[in-house]
Amino acid sequence: MNQLLKTCLLAAVSVWSVATLAAGPTVPLDKANVNLHDKESLQRGAQLFMNYCLGCHQMQYHRYNRTFRDLEIPEDIGVANLQFTGEKPGDLITNTMSTQQANDWFGTAAPDLTLVARVRGADWLYTYFRAFYVDETRPFGVNNAVFENVGMPHVLQELQGIPRKTYEQRMIDGEMQDVYVGIKTDGSGMLTTEEFDTAMHDLTNFLVYTGEPMLLQQRRIGWYSFGFLLVFTILAWLLKREFFKDVK
Amino acid sequence: MKKLIAWFDERIPLTKTWNIHLAQYPAPKNFNFWYLFGVLATLVLVNQIITGIWLTMNYVPTAEGAFASVEYIMRDIDGGWILRYMHSTGASAFFVVVYLHMFRGMMYGSYQKPRELLWIFGMLIFLVLMAEAFMGYLLPWGQMSYWGAQVIISLFGAIPYIGDDLTLWIRGDYVISGATLNRFFALHVIALPLVLVILVFLHIIALHEVGSNNPEGISIKKPKGSVPDSEKPKFEFHERFTKKYDIVDAIPFYPYYIVKDLVGIGIFLAFFCYVLFFAPAMGGFFLEPPNFEAANPLKTPAHIAPVWYFTPFYAILRAVPDKLFGVILMFAAIVFLFLLPWLDRCKVRSIRYRGTIHKVNLTVFVISFVVLGYLGVKPATEVYTFFARVFTFLYFAFFIFLWFYSKHEKTQPVPERITK
Repeated sequence: MNQLLKTCLLAAVSVWSVATLAAGPTVPLDKANVNLHDKESLQRGAQLFMNYCLGCHQMQYHRYNRTFRDLEIPEDIGVANLQFTGEKPGDLITNTMSTQQANDWFGTAAPDLTLVARVRGADWLYTYFRAFYVDETRPFGVNNAVFENVGMPHVLQELQGIPRKTYEQRMIDGEMQDVYVGIKTDGSGMLTTEEFDTAMHDLTNFLVYTGEPMLLQQRRIGWYSFGFLLVFTILAWLLKREFFKDVK
Repeated sequence: MKKLIAWFDERIPLTKTWNIHLAQYPAPKNFNFWYLFGVLATLVLVNQIITGIWLTMNYVPTAEGAFASVEYIMRDIDGGWILRYMHSTGASAFFVVVYLHMFRGMMYGSYQKPRELLWIFGMLIFLVLMAEAFMGYLLPWGQMSYWGAQVIISLFGAIPYIGDDLTLWIRGDYVISGATLNRFFALHVIALPLVLVILVFLHIIALHEVGSNNPEGISIKKPKGSVPDSEKPKFEFHERFTKKYDIVDAIPFYPYYIVKDLVGIGIFLAFFCYVLFFAPAMGGFFLEPPNFEAANPLKTPAHIAPVWYFTPFYAILRAVPDKLFGVILMFAAIVFLFLLPWLDRCKVRSIRYRGTIHKVNLTVFVISFVVLGYLGVKPATEVYTFFARVFTFLYFAFFIFLWFYSKHEKTQPVPERITK
């Protein structure tokens, strides 16, 4: 009996471990804790996107004026500060880099980022932004712990400083060993580590917003629909009870 | 008003149809929870047709424009996202209610004589629904749309001799392309819905011809003159039903089951709205994350999985090492369901009075179906493939065993009348 139990347990554990292995990235993801009600965070995220990402990555399904409206940015301020090449407020958020150029420069087209949060998830993005590290073997001198052999340079280096994989000497089993303790910046960036994390939270927040710009409205209507259905179902049930008095 | 109805009645059978199918249609009085899903399937069908019409008004069926037009609907059309989510949630809801509806039929033996044709129509609806859903899933033109269709269509290539030509004929191109998208759009928005509506009509006509089954699995039609008036229901049923039989233990579908179904509809819609407004992607099961990336013929996703409602059959396909035999087995999984009325040779319908062996067999079948559905989502690792083979065997074993034991099954005595 004991043997049988052991076999069953072993089978269950093996199924479970295979499931987790197949589940995805090897790096544990940090929680992004996005908050779509935090308009200031979203505005800062939009600012970061327009300044650092849009040069290569488009947001071709989303419009400037929709962004201004949803993020509570007055249109004139938005046009003056977030539109750089004379687009109209109603235009889609695009750039002029062609696929051919992207292939020549990076070896691949830079993906559109409108829906990237729905493809990757917020936690993945938040961790990815903070996972670049120096790797001289790569064309741009950097690699990424979440996205191995990533094709893009570390465009936020001026903010973060130079990030390196850091190891600490620790005593393990009576021997001193190098243990990986994460990515640390050399402090040469414009932001401290905490400030950089906040900035990346803002950027993630913004990308979650563009993935589902209707999300807040969607949830609000959802609660109204529940209210309506509650009343509807109660009335229907009372009606049913009344009618079924005939049925014996 | 009366005059108006009379005017119509002289010209088309308005009141007569209303009475035969609703107000004087005798429905067994003991319908339970499981009898909701037919009505719910009709509701979802109407939802799909109406939201579908409005979606086509802004959808662009070209390889260049499809993905962008869906996002245009989601962002720039007023209420467009509601229509789109109603349609995408409706697709999954359709399969939820249809699977439960089919399970109800299996549980209470609703496929048995005289309801064989009714069951066949239902199975045809299921088949067309699968084609409809498959073609609809290509239309958003995301990565999973593209590669899912690529995988499924390539299955036809396993057929000897004509396979390659057949896949070419289906796709209209050597790979999935704008040509495929165009034809799938045509089939999805007009050809298959038309067939579906006709089949649903036939399904209901067939149902009303033979009458509804019920959880007891016994007939509410008794030989004419065998029931004293005191035991007959006090309701008036159409003479089409009462001419040949005495009807017992029945109530008119309208208003009784209409008001009862309204309660069920309210509860169903609460679940529906929860998904629609709070989890439209349903954790990646209703809308798969890679599908938010536009189709890219040069970039194969790491893991291609069909939408959840196809995964039991997909798991059966993958369980077989040989491609052709896998395809055959996958289709056989559906063919066996078609044959159910003839595989089950038992005279007792309802699970309530069937033998223990049948109760166990049906339970194992349901578990197999659910587990296969789970395995179909997962990558085909060695362990998973092993389990997929075990449960594929159990899936088919249900039908084989059934044929053998059902003829001489030890059943419990069946009551004469519906007592509850």
